[in-house]
Amino acid sequence: MRYNDPSPLETPVLTRRFRLPNSQSIDTYLASDGYKGFERAIGMTQDEIIGEVKTSILRGRGGAGFPTGMKWGFVPRTSPKPKYIVVNADESEPGTCKDRLLMEFDPHQLIEGVLIAGLAVGAQQGYIYIRGEFRYLIGVMDKAIDEAYAKGYLGDNILGRGVKFNLATHSGAGAYECGEESALLESLEGKRGNPRIRPPFPAVAGAYQCPTILNNVETFCAVPSIILNGGKWFADLGSPKNGGTRLFCLSGHVNKPGVYELPMGFNLMRMINEVGGGIRGGKKLKAVVPGGSSCPILKADECDLAMDYDTVAAAKSMLGSGGVVVLDEDTCMVKFALRIMRFYAHESCGWCIPCREGTTWLKKLLTRFHEGQGQRSDIVMIGDLSKNMLGRTFCPLGDAAAMPTIAIVEKFRDEFEAHLDGKPCPYEHINAFSKSGLAA
Amino acid sequence: MTFSPELEAQFEKFLAKYPADKKRSAVIPMLVYAQDETHAITQEVIEEVAKRCGVTPLQVDEVVGFYSMLHKKPQGTYHVQVCTNISCLIVGGEEIWNQACHKLGIGHKQTTADGRISLEEVECMGACSWAPAVQVNYDFYHFVTPSQLDKLLDGLSAGKKPDEIAGVKRASC
Ligand SMILES: Cc1cc2nc3c(=O)[nH]c(=O)nc-3n(C[C@H](O)[C@H](O)[C@H](O)COP(=O)(O)O)c2cc1C
Ligand code: SF4
Ligand code: FES
Repeated sequence: MRYNDPSPLETPVLTRRFRLPNSQSIDTYLASDGYKGFERAIGMTQDEIIGEVKTSILRGRGGAGFPTGMKWGFVPRTSPKPKYIVVNADESEPGTCKDRLLMEFDPHQLIEGVLIAGLAVGAQQGYIYIRGEFRYLIGVMDKAIDEAYAKGYLGDNILGRGVKFNLATHSGAGAYECGEESALLESLEGKRGNPRIRPPFPAVAGAYQCPTILNNVETFCAVPSIILNGGKWFADLGSPKNGGTRLFCLSGHVNKPGVYELPMGFNLMRMINEVGGGIRGGKKLKAVVPGGSSCPILKADECDLAMDYDTVAAAKSMLGSGGVVVLDEDTCMVKFALRIMRFYAHESCGWCIPCREGTTWLKKLLTRFHEGQGQRSDIVMIGDLSKNMLGRTFCPLGDAAAMPTIAIVEKFRDEFEAHLDGKPCPYEHINAFSKSGLAA
Repeated sequence: MTFSPELEAQFEKFLAKYPADKKRSAVIPMLVYAQDETHAITQEVIEEVAKRCGVTPLQVDEVVGFYSMLHKKPQGTYHVQVCTNISCLIVGGEEIWNQACHKLGIGHKQTTADGRISLEEVECMGACSWAPAVQVNYDFYHFVTPSQLDKLLDGLSAGKKPDEIAGVKRASC
């Protein structure tokens, strides 16, 4: 049922139902502990639910890795305003393709996670913001939501226990920036996806300026297992300060690319060689993007490390969104940097000048460079321009554009130099299909 | 202008999702679904959506300009989107993109003369582990090879529906 074969090294928690027949249906879900975590949570106090999530050391799977229990604790539960739960299903960070699977193959797990979040802060309405390109998933989620209403797991008096919660999907329309939480909320309100000034954070003033829990799909999907098996059980699956498993999206030059659920702290080299079957075509590893396009790249000799938030941060990169992009020795790093910058220039919402102008100029510089028209001074300028964007933009998209660029220029300066003096790109003749003996 | 009864029913569902005084929230979903039927966001579509959501046409228009999926010019019956972002790029996404342009004789955001196929080079579509990835309208194609792309484009050009084309299988359910 998945798009790649599972690996024996996986620890299936969030993905454990994927292999069941008809895994999308509520009957399959109910027959495999479905909604049991929610039923347990109904009998718990709000502090107990949040406490369990804190104990689990679940950290946000959308990119920043913020502790989820702590975030839920920031919601002013006594506020007279309505409270909202918003699911970030915008999944658009290049390299990332896991939320799609979680919704496609186990939609009820997400609904249950949202329901528990609703209990934790007293919210009665939730929205799942799904990127517009994932139209079929809106169908999958709508169907699951209808089933949940029909079986009494959503509505005004859930299971006759006096709990009220309504849930609906919401379609985006193509904009990476709408994955940023405050831009997402603007978009949810029917506006352009320009971010909001923070503070106030969504926990205090989110959807319709009301207290809001906003988390990534995978974050919510972890919650039912945490409530059912206990926060400690989940924490113990991972490494210190990094609870649980996570869905790693292995892509690029490995023999077995795919999405794999592995314990937090799984070694990156093992991920590449044992889970991913090694570099294809017997080539050598050049570099790895450890967590989606915005994360600083790691050189091959920096890749023997535990994939958890703190270890990757100590290596001056980020675990990010779980997108692990593996690059072999034939990859042109100038072209790679250019493609990343083209992306950010395209997706910059234009609101603030350092990002709008910075990404545009960097794109121009890198294009010129890759075409062999670059000058030695451009190498320094690319690094300087990027550094001047860092921390000076209105939202983190500017940083997301700058960080990988700075790292690529620093770590692969020789490749920039190889493009100088009108020399053609040393890798340009390589065709991705013919080089590794792939079916043409 | 009139929409189909199905679309009107969908609009009603959208409006019911949000608090009574927050109908503006339905603007974007309505535009996306309307466009599927009308093939482009015309001034009339903008006015109809504005009326239903209780906002000004300008408030709808400014949204149209922001989102990449919304467009004022009609696309082809089959909108072929090729991802060339990082995970796709390094395993052949660019070759697939160049091949598509070459074969159809059109480029980014252009449509064939018969109106059947339009092309767009797109950003990451959430299929990175199964790259190179292509989307035709809302359907995903994973691990696309040059020969599969040929079959797909030949079939579409010859008037076939994607599901009728032998040797090319869409990924999503
Ligand atoms: C430019 C930008 C794009 C983002 N895109 C996404 C996204 O597609 N999905 C996501 O869950 N988080 C995304 N985020 C992170 C969100 O802002 C937010 O931190 C996250 O959804 C919070 O959920 P979590 O704590 O569960 O990770 C993005 C952030 C930025 C700055
Ligand atoms: S950094 Fe500025 S221009 Fe870039 S996306 Fe954020 S707000 Fe928009
Ligand atoms: S990079 Fe092409 S689908 Fe993600």
